[in-house]
Amino acid sequence: MSDTTSEQVLTTQDGKPLKQALASALRREKMRALLLIAPLLIFILLTFVAPIVDMLFRSVENSIVADTLPNTVVAMQEWDAASGNLPDEAVFAALYDDLGVAVKEKTHTRLGSRLNYEKTGMSSLFRKTGRRVKRMDEGGPFKEQFIKADKKWGQVETWATLKTFSPRYTSAYFLSAADAQLTPEGVKMKPEEQQVYLFLFGRTLFLSITITVCCLLLGYPIAFLLAALPLRTSNLLMILVLLPFWTSLLVRTSAWKVLLQQQGVINDFLVWTGIVSEAGRLVMINNQTGTIIAMTHILLPFMILPLYSVMKTISPTYVRAAKSLGANDCSAFWRVYFPQSVPGIGAGAVLVFILAIGYYITPELVGGTSGIFISNRIAYHISSSLNWGLAAALGTLLLVAVMVLFMVYDRIVGIDNVKLG
Amino acid sequence: MKLKTMVLASTALAMAAGTAFAQDMTIVSWGGAYSASQNNAYHKPYMEKNPGINIINDESSAEAVAKLRAMNEAGNITWDLVDVVASDAIRLCDEGLALEIDHDKALAAAPDGTPASEDFGDLIVSGCFIPQIVYSTTFGYRTDVDEWGGKTPDDICDVFDLETFPGKRSLEKRPINNMEWALLCDGVAKADVYDVLETEEGQAQAFAKLDSIKDSVVWWSAGAETPQLLADKEVVIGSTYNGRLFALIEEQKQPVAMLWDAQVFDLDGWIVPAGLSEERQQRVMDYLNFATDTQRLADQAKYISYGPARQSSAPLVGKHAELGIDMAPHMPTDPANAKNTFLYNYEWWADYRDDLDAKFQAWLAQ
Repeated sequence: MSDTTSEQVLTTQDGKPLKQALASALRREKMRALLLIAPLLIFILLTFVAPIVDMLFRSVENSIVADTLPNTVVAMQEWDAASGNLPDEAVFAALYDDLGVAVKEKTHTRLGSRLNYEKTGMSSLFRKTGRRVKRMDEGGPFKEQFIKADKKWGQVETWATLKTFSPRYTSAYFLSAADAQLTPEGVKMKPEEQQVYLFLFGRTLFLSITITVCCLLLGYPIAFLLAALPLRTSNLLMILVLLPFWTSLLVRTSAWKVLLQQQGVINDFLVWTGIVSEAGRLVMINNQTGTIIAMTHILLPFMILPLYSVMKTISPTYVRAAKSLGANDCSAFWRVYFPQSVPGIGAGAVLVFILAIGYYITPELVGGTSGIFISNRIAYHISSSLNWGLAAALGTLLLVAVMVLFMVYDRIVGIDNVKLG
Repeated sequence: MKLKTMVLASTALAMAAGTAFAQDMTIVSWGGAYSASQNNAYHKPYMEKNPGINIINDESSAEAVAKLRAMNEAGNITWDLVDVVASDAIRLCDEGLALEIDHDKALAAAPDGTPASEDFGDLIVSGCFIPQIVYSTTFGYRTDVDEWGGKTPDDICDVFDLETFPGKRSLEKRPINNMEWALLCDGVAKADVYDVLETEEGQAQAFAKLDSIKDSVVWWSAGAETPQLLADKEVVIGSTYNGRLFALIEEQKQPVAMLWDAQVFDLDGWIVPAGLSEERQQRVMDYLNFATDTQRLADQAKYISYGPARQSSAPLVGKHAELGIDMAPHMPTDPANAKNTFLYNYEWWADYRDDLDAKFQAWLAQ
């Protein structure tokens, strides 16, 4: 019996077993599909994924110390900061050799600015020592000469900092991003007057959620109206919804400034009508209110469009059927129409929330001090303080926070329930 | 056949034209009235003299340090010359992103033969930096505030005096300058400001002084904001760059006056990015030699009220090109304006910037 089946394996015309032939045909099919999307895939990998991974990698990368002062790092391995003594002459000699090379390649000042993020004063220490090292006596002793060049070389803390940050990978940036710091004695929280990032993360989440809710409250009725009106009228209204898309973001933000400021259009009107007194003009900009208003306006289309496209597919017959079965307007909407529009709410809310959490130009312009986001600090560290490691760490944390929220959202709403149209 | 020759001929012509005209030079600056003044005083005359050069203006100076670092890492420097403030020049030099310059060799001597390094003097704060202008961060105030009862502020500490001069103020959203002014108005002597600011207590003292006006402050991050806020009556006193206030007062005729007391001098100038090809570097150096000579620096002051960085340029400063008013009294360096000035300590801020900025931001967010 078993013999006959093995002999009777189905084959194709050229004698190949059918199973294999099918598998290779499918593989070819898959390869062809892959080849078709290959240009896009390679493009995305090269221009999107690779730079982001590279940037995120900077949050732990710290080879600058070991690259600039290779001999010193090795010589320092034996030295223990807790002993309270300065490293011995051999370490200073290694530092002399390393700095000689670094000054020639002009990398010592770069190291100085890197270490200055961790300990104030390192920047000038390296700049100054770099100028002096050329004039030092090659024969030594180097310890005295370095301490003479700058007394900071005679302080244990300077060496302790150097040793703490000599490994090629560091957790320091992530600790900084969480308001902690890496010290020679271990991980410690920063002093209270320097803690700002966790607070800003919290505020960013809170404001983004508020903006999403505001967008939903304002966008839902508009989308409902658009979907219910005849095509001709709704097209006209649709243009009004899309119009902000064609206006520059900066123009829209500046327009809010003109409207909301204390000597602005809205306050002038309120004073003219006597609702508020001249002295009691409302403060609506350069604070959280300003950020919420301006960003709700800017992100509103991203809520309306998915809502509209979902609502468009809800057949009016359902509501009619509900009514004919005795439901009043309210319960027909709530129990029949609304559940069908939930996928649109899901899509709109995710879109607005994710856009809001990474926004930075609008909060920068209208947020004052109480309305700025974590992204404003990331932008500062990228373009102004040049502390790219910290910016990368903050960015990674933001990315992780968004992913966690996304998973929570998937649990509660279900990602299958999200529809863009 | 005929078509083919024509195509060939026109291609050849285009290529010939290309080699003759395509010497682009990208110069990065701050945009607005400032770039316009450079265009009028330097770029236009230079291009007239050198028809083979085409200068392209890029307005990215605000993010120049970050962009230069990114270009350096990517190994493709697309800028030829960059206008930055002195503290950025020091940082770029530290990071090895700017070229070190031999000032006497690269730049023209003064008309009387004084070498460039002496003509610029102390203003050469970094080996990579070629000073161009002296500007100051100072205050402007509205002259029509009823609540002030006819008094006008004439002392830096009036900014901190909410009783005599009620109303909102605008200050820059960073610790630099604000911390110094706060200490000056809290009884610290000018010479001791940085020594005091080095200590924790000194920093707490400065923050405490700033706390006294915190609720009345609008914080700005772009230089154009204060003039706008003053014009809109949103604030009654505000700090910004003196050239911006000049435009507000003299060009837009707003009821605003200058408070020069304790103005903080700062410098702005050129750096040449490191890693340019030999040929490009030569071209830039030729431009630099022209654009930073005595006459050119004096010419720039015709268009904007910033002081030329060369000593030899000062006597040549004339009238505004359009308004026809004398520019000298509007310069931050004019003796009448510079009675009480504050010198910004670059070295000190290079060390304390990271630390104090973290504290300042935490203080703002509270």
